Amino acid sequence: MTQDQMTAARQFIDAIPHSRRLGMQLKELGDGRAIISMPYDSALIGDPVTKVIHGGAVSALMDTAGGAAVVAHPLAGLGTATLDLRIDYMRPATPGQTITATAECYHVTRTVAFVRATACDEDTDRPVATATGAFTVAKASP
Amino acid sequence: MSRPEPVTQVKRRRDLALSVIVNQVPYIEFLGVRFDRHGDELTATMGFHEDLIGNPILPALHGGATAAFLEITAIIGLSWSTLWNDIEAERLDVEAVQNGALVLPKTIDFTVDYLRTGLPRDAYARARVNRSGRRYASVHVGAWQDNRDRLFAQASGHFLMPQRHG
Repeated sequence: MTQDQMTAARQFIDAIPHSRRLGMQLKELGDGRAIISMPYDSALIGDPVTKVIHGGAVSALMDTAGGAAVVAHPLAGLGTATLDLRIDYMRPATPGQTITATAECYHVTRTVAFVRATACDEDTDRPVATATGAFTVAKASP
Repeated sequence: MSRPEPVTQVKRRRDLALSVIVNQVPYIEFLGVRFDRHGDELTATMGFHEDLIGNPILPALHGGATAAFLEITAIIGLSWSTLWNDIEAERLDVEAVQNGALVLPKTIDFTVDYLRTGLPRDAYARARVNRSGRRYASVHVGAWQDNRDRLFAQASGHFLMPQRHG
C-alpha cells in the first residue's frame, strides 16, 4: 500500500469506534473485497480455561470486514447495514495470535449485497470461522 | 415438613452463582454487559457507551457489538439453565468455578438477524433454550431497546455442551 492508501485505511477504521476499540486494522480494500485483522487481546477472552477469544469479537471482525467489502464494491454506495450474518466456528483461534478476516461480495443487486468471509489465525490453511451475510446497498444518487 | 429456606439465603446463593459464572469471562466486562436475575430468568443489559458505535453518522450500534451481546446472552443463559439444578441443590462448587473449573458451552454456529437500527442507548436481551441435549443445544435470543415487543435483533445458534464427568 502507498502512504495515502495506508492513511485512508487507518481513517476507515478510526471512523468506526467499536472496530477501533477492538484494535482492528484494515489491510486491504477494493473491488468488493476487504481484509481486516484484529490482534490478540486478553480483554477479549471468552473462555477463561483456554484463553481463547470470544466468538462475539470474531463476529464483530467478520461484520466489519463484510461491511467494508460492500462499501468497497463499485456498485454499492457509501453506507451499508447488516441484514443478517451467520457464523460457523470451525475451531478455537490459537491464543496469542492475530485473527485476520477476508470478506468478498459474491453477488450485488440494487438493494442487497451477499457476502462471504473467512477468518484465520497464523495457520492460514485451517480457518477459525467462516461467515455468510446479507448487507443493505445504499441507493445510488439519481 | 421442613421449613422453606429463608429468602435472603436463596437470593444470596443464586446471585453468587450468577456472578462467579459471569465474572469468569473477560469479554463480558469488555462489552459492558451485566445480568439481572428474577428467579431463574436472566435479562442481559448492554449499557450504552461510545465504543459500541459502528456508524457515527446515524449514529447506530455496531452490528458486531450487537452480535457479541446476543452470543454472550445465549452462552450465559444456556450455562445458567444447565447449572440451575446444581445451584438449587447447593452442589455448585463456587470456589472451583472461581479457579477456572467451569467449562462453558462452545458456539458451533450463530445466525443474527438485524431487524432495526441499534440506537445509541441501552439494549436488553433474553435467551430461550429450545433444546438442550447431552452434546448439543439450540438457543434463541431476542434483543430490544425501548419496547419489549419491538426486537431490534434476534439470533439463534447451536452449541456444543461441556462434557460432564461421573
